[in-house]
Amino acid sequence: MSDKISLSPEELEKFGEEMDAIRQRVISELGEEDATYIRNVLKAQRGFEIAGRALFYLPPAWPLAVASLSISKIIDNMEIGHNVMHGQYDWMGDPGLNSRMYEWDNVCPSDQWKYSHNYIHHTFTNILGKDRDIGYGILRMDEDQKWNPYYLGNPVYAFLLMVFFEWGVALHDLEVENIVSGKRSLADNKPLYPGLMKKMRNQALKDYVLFPALTGPLFVPTIVGNATANLIRNIWAFNIIFCGHFPAGVATFTQEETENETKGLWYYRQLLGSANISGSKLLHLMSGNLSHQIEHHLFPDLPARRYPQIAEEVREICERYGLAYNTGPLHRQLGSVAKKIFKMALPPKRKQPDLSLVEDADPRVSAA
Amino acid sequence: MSIVQSILGSRALEALTSPHGVDRYLELVNPMWAAKEVRARIVEIHREVDVEGHPAVATITLQPTSTWQGHRAGQHVQLGVEINGARRTTRVFSVSSHEAGAGERFTITLRANPDGLVSKFLVEEAQPGQVVHLSQAQGEFTLPDTMPGHVVFISGGSGITPLMSMLRTLQRRTHRGRVTFIHYAQSPEHQIFAEELADAARTGYGVDIHLLHPELGDPALSPAWLERLVPGYRDVPTWACGPAPLIDAVQKAYDGSEELRVEFFKPPKVSGGSTEGEISFARSGLSAANSGTNLLEQAEAAGLAPEFGCRMGICFSCTSRKTEGTVTNVLTGETSSLPDEDIRICVSAPEGDCTVEL
Repeated sequence: MSDKISLSPEELEKFGEEMDAIRQRVISELGEEDATYIRNVLKAQRGFEIAGRALFYLPPAWPLAVASLSISKIIDNMEIGHNVMHGQYDWMGDPGLNSRMYEWDNVCPSDQWKYSHNYIHHTFTNILGKDRDIGYGILRMDEDQKWNPYYLGNPVYAFLLMVFFEWGVALHDLEVENIVSGKRSLADNKPLYPGLMKKMRNQALKDYVLFPALTGPLFVPTIVGNATANLIRNIWAFNIIFCGHFPAGVATFTQEETENETKGLWYYRQLLGSANISGSKLLHLMSGNLSHQIEHHLFPDLPARRYPQIAEEVREICERYGLAYNTGPLHRQLGSVAKKIFKMALPPKRKQPDLSLVEDADPRVSAA
Repeated sequence: MSIVQSILGSRALEALTSPHGVDRYLELVNPMWAAKEVRARIVEIHREVDVEGHPAVATITLQPTSTWQGHRAGQHVQLGVEINGARRTTRVFSVSSHEAGAGERFTITLRANPDGLVSKFLVEEAQPGQVVHLSQAQGEFTLPDTMPGHVVFISGGSGITPLMSMLRTLQRRTHRGRVTFIHYAQSPEHQIFAEELADAARTGYGVDIHLLHPELGDPALSPAWLERLVPGYRDVPTWACGPAPLIDAVQKAYDGSEELRVEFFKPPKVSGGSTEGEISFARSGLSAANSGTNLLEQAEAAGLAPEFGCRMGICFSCTSRKTEGTVTNVLTGETSSLPDEDIRICVSAPEGDCTVEL
């Protein structure tokens, strides 16, 4: 085990058991309240969607239409789509809320997203070289990613990724950077194309052809409105997700550190590899409770509405074990992420020998 | 209805409601509106028999959505209910009413099985007005369009329901042939449809009804007894439905005759905590002795290559349908015996016999 880990194997095991106990308790409590909650969220989202589409017929209400459609798309992708596709509501037996059948209002096909997100990202969270969400194959987001002049464009790439986020997510599975580096062949992507093309076509058809056409003479305001709603959703989702993994203090791990990983160590890595956003209930809803990224990474398949309640227990456990619990208001986490995007654009300063001594002296500092 | 239905089912509306589909919006307005899905409203719950100390039997009248394509006599339907407002549980029930067309009312008749979540809920707790989820009618255990002159129906217990549907259908079709109806019940007071059967025997054309109660000394089913009742019975088209022991006896008596069609209900297998048993991989037709490890490893050991991801129960890549058997979730220790259940095979260890769609 790496000396970067601040808990002894015994402590880690106990820590893991405490996490398991939380999980077990919540699973035994799942029932009507959780079902009613997600059904109400779904109803609200459909309501905003229909209202948004309808308001485009009323030209003065254009900003309201865009706002309504944006809210619908954000809730669809985050509190519903992301969470349902994690299997959080599979226990309900409702095909409309089942991880195998749910498809979201996003150009990325759900099955491809579930592979790169549920499997790759949630299994290998923050392991360099394995978790492709670190920088998404485009950005340099960690000091241990080797710098090269391409990364001078880091802020520009981040901005473009934000604006076109849903398209970036859709193309994520094609692993273009691995094709460039020769680790993946074009033929490996072939099975992905039909699903991808179909999903992109259906999404574009709906937002950029059919609904605008249905508003007749208002075609242009409607198409611009739909594009704006997609853009707002993209910016919001990008920022929430980047705040979950890239603020200062989030730890990354090497593959050697995580070989033969125990359950306790797995929880430890999830905890230190994530960051929360503190804020209001509305913020939690609109972020799909990914404002509780830490709890989400510890328990990805528990209904997200449970995270705020679990968070208090997790914090208490962290305090007892002397582990960092990375949380802060949105503006601070955003600032921290932005700073990192700029900082990582530049080549690393040469490491000073006394800094590594400090790190060795107190491993908690570097792990947190 | 059909204009509305064709608009609701149109590709244009499908494209506009992509990716969720029309039904995901309609159900929020009125659960009885649907473009593709099938649901039904409970119209009436009628207790057929209610013997003290025994599970009650009820007939439930269902008004399906216009998406229901109708059923043929003898078919069954999968019916799902949300128990306690959360978990939808689905079970199969035979249709007991005569054959009917698209969107028409039909009935199911069921016993409130003491261990059965759904049947107990439907008989004891459900109220008229409640909406349930349906599949389309399924099953090949049906009457042919052109009826033979003489048919034999043999049933036991609640296995009478599909045959009752057939008898009712024949009476509506004013069938001119003979029907020999043999039914085994626990006791006369447990007999469902008793009055209607008596009516049919009295007024029906060529309907012979034999209600038997072996506990009271009535003859058990045997080739000799069948031969006396229906000479040359092996050459008479026969439909039999009931518990496995009765079907075993019928199959022996018919000795491979092609005139026999059967349908039977298997009670769920409970293993009582042992791992001994057989794992069947339904899609590939393979089977292997239960080794006690998780189903993913057992499938791989059998030479299959099921989809998987994290192998630790978090990513849901390996989710597969378990059709029969009991599995323990190795993460939570929770066991579950529901048929047709989606499980993560990487963290599910089977107990006893188990069938998975792999």
